[in-house]
Amino acid sequence: MQKYDFPDVGGHFGQYGGIYMAETLIPAVEELRRQYLIFRDDPEFKAEFAYELKHYVGRPSPIYHARRLSEYVGGAQIYLKREDLNHTGAHKINNAIGQALLARRMGKKRVIAETGAGMHGVATATVAARFGMECIVYMGAEDIQRQAPNVFRMKLLGATVVPVESGSRTLKDACNEAIRDWVTNVDSTFYIFGTAAGPHPYPMMVRDFQCVIGNEARVQMPEMIGRQPDAVIACVGGGSNAIGIFHPFIEHESVRLIGVEAGGHGIGSGQHAAPLTANAKVGVLHGNKVYLMQDENGQIVETHSISAGLDYPGVGPEHCLLKDIGRAEYVAINDDEALLAFDALCRFEGIIPALESSHALAHAMKIAPGMDNNKVLLVNLSGRGDKDMNTVARLKGITL
Amino acid sequence: MSRIQAVFEQLKLANRRALIPFITAGDPNPQFTVPLMHGMVAAGADLIELGVPFSDPMADGPTIQRASERALKHKVSLTNVLGMVAEFRRQDARTPVVLMGYANPIEAMGHEVFARLAAASGVDGVLTVDYPPEESAGFVSVLRQQNIDSIFLLAPTTTDARVEHVVRLASGFIYYVSLNGVTGAANLDVDDVALKVASIRRHTSLPIGVGFGVRDGATARAVGAIADAVVVGSRMVQEVENSSEAEVVANVGRLVAELRSAIDAQL
Repeated sequence: MQKYDFPDVGGHFGQYGGIYMAETLIPAVEELRRQYLIFRDDPEFKAEFAYELKHYVGRPSPIYHARRLSEYVGGAQIYLKREDLNHTGAHKINNAIGQALLARRMGKKRVIAETGAGMHGVATATVAARFGMECIVYMGAEDIQRQAPNVFRMKLLGATVVPVESGSRTLKDACNEAIRDWVTNVDSTFYIFGTAAGPHPYPMMVRDFQCVIGNEARVQMPEMIGRQPDAVIACVGGGSNAIGIFHPFIEHESVRLIGVEAGGHGIGSGQHAAPLTANAKVGVLHGNKVYLMQDENGQIVETHSISAGLDYPGVGPEHCLLKDIGRAEYVAINDDEALLAFDALCRFEGIIPALESSHALAHAMKIAPGMDNNKVLLVNLSGRGDKDMNTVARLKGITL
Repeated sequence: MSRIQAVFEQLKLANRRALIPFITAGDPNPQFTVPLMHGMVAAGADLIELGVPFSDPMADGPTIQRASERALKHKVSLTNVLGMVAEFRRQDARTPVVLMGYANPIEAMGHEVFARLAAASGVDGVLTVDYPPEESAGFVSVLRQQNIDSIFLLAPTTTDARVEHVVRLASGFIYYVSLNGVTGAANLDVDDVALKVASIRRHTSLPIGVGFGVRDGATARAVGAIADAVVVGSRMVQEVENSSEAEVVANVGRLVAELRSAIDAQL
């Protein structure tokens, strides 16, 4: 394999990525890129980021051998990278801290964010409180209903949560509205983008901040089992937790990288959020060129997933490239498979996973039985499931 | 000479400013678009900007978002929009038409196919909000081969160095966005705009249009005093939204005539 070094100077991962934004915002993303490149290599910035991750987030997150689950499933051993144990309960805080530190250095006192499941919104509201910044979170009205506990958390943390009523009233519409805010308040505002997508430098920057996951795992696995895992499995909506754990493993060619998209009611049904698995047409949305779920006229179609955090028609550009060059594989897990995995982890390990992470877990449970029991699957347990109580209860016909 | 260039040259000789109204194609429904276009020309429009509806109009405020939604209810596609331009061209060979929209419908059709069909339909210029110069070199040259102008936005945030870069790719005219914001946002600051337009003129001899925030005769007149063209978007779309089907063509025409006389009055 040739040396893997992406993106290029214009933010391209092969044909993907780029900087497809309206002119008003181009100088803002240029400035962001310039500042990020300065601070990325600044020892003081790096030390500050490391300090926050250790003392505020609680890193490193442990890796846990899910023995009873592995025994129940049979075959390969399932290990979990416990991002659910981070402060605020998901991997999103890693990136939110990094961007907030950058915002502070750039003198921005107002931060905005989009959120789907609410985890990135909570992470952003948290760091805004931590650093004394004004915080506005855009959230689809549909998602506000399915993720009520997170909406309350954001408000407790002092953020203003703005319901977005346009379009499908989910994550993509929240992104549109956050972009509209940014274009209006570009001088005062830092957009803390939640996933490894959007215009350059976001896909690179979010990946870099999330790589702490993979960098830790790459040291932890040999300590635990004397070698690297056979496969690393992570769920993919925009794909920030996945790229964060995949990227440090790219050079370990014997480690399979498996991204798990939201299969919704099944790829064949059309009601899913799996652009990579379904081989969606390449298109442009939210500042980057990626595999994108759209109709024959280039209109973005409504997606479906049980998990709000994966309910997005696009995907980060680096995943598009990793698919094309074959370094990572992408598969889909349906709603009901994710729910079974959710139940299994609760019952066999005493861990309530986020519905997003349940997709990754479900795929591990699907392939483990076909593998020898000395094989090791490392699942990125990207978040905890407390926020999903209402959704799961409703699906089980229970009123809380 | 392109149709856009010809119109601006004639206006310059007459010491007049161009009036460029915007409507979304297919709003309120597809059968009204061509009559609205003819009506606007009859009332004094020099060039027409036709919005291509898109499911995720990130740079637009609520007014134009709703127009896109109304058009998409009728499944108006980029192909349909080109058909409307072709129909308009059967009766009007002179008035330039600029398509304004987002990248993805063009990506889905393919650059070459789009450029060929657009030229055959009589499209004169294309403004794609989320194709900044950084990503448009290829698209601009494909359009140029079909003699279609590439219209680019400049914004208050655009630095001098970027202006230089943008005007090298642009043709037809430059569209200066008068304020940081989405379409239909608050009022523009005429003094600020005048300074910026003057600074853009140091980099290009292309005509400069100003839009965003032109809401009535007074703002149109003020903008006409400092720019070569006045672009009116959300205010037009609002007129479409607030009119019954029976009255929409007449109402939009009346608004264009009002803006026209306001702009001409100062000269």
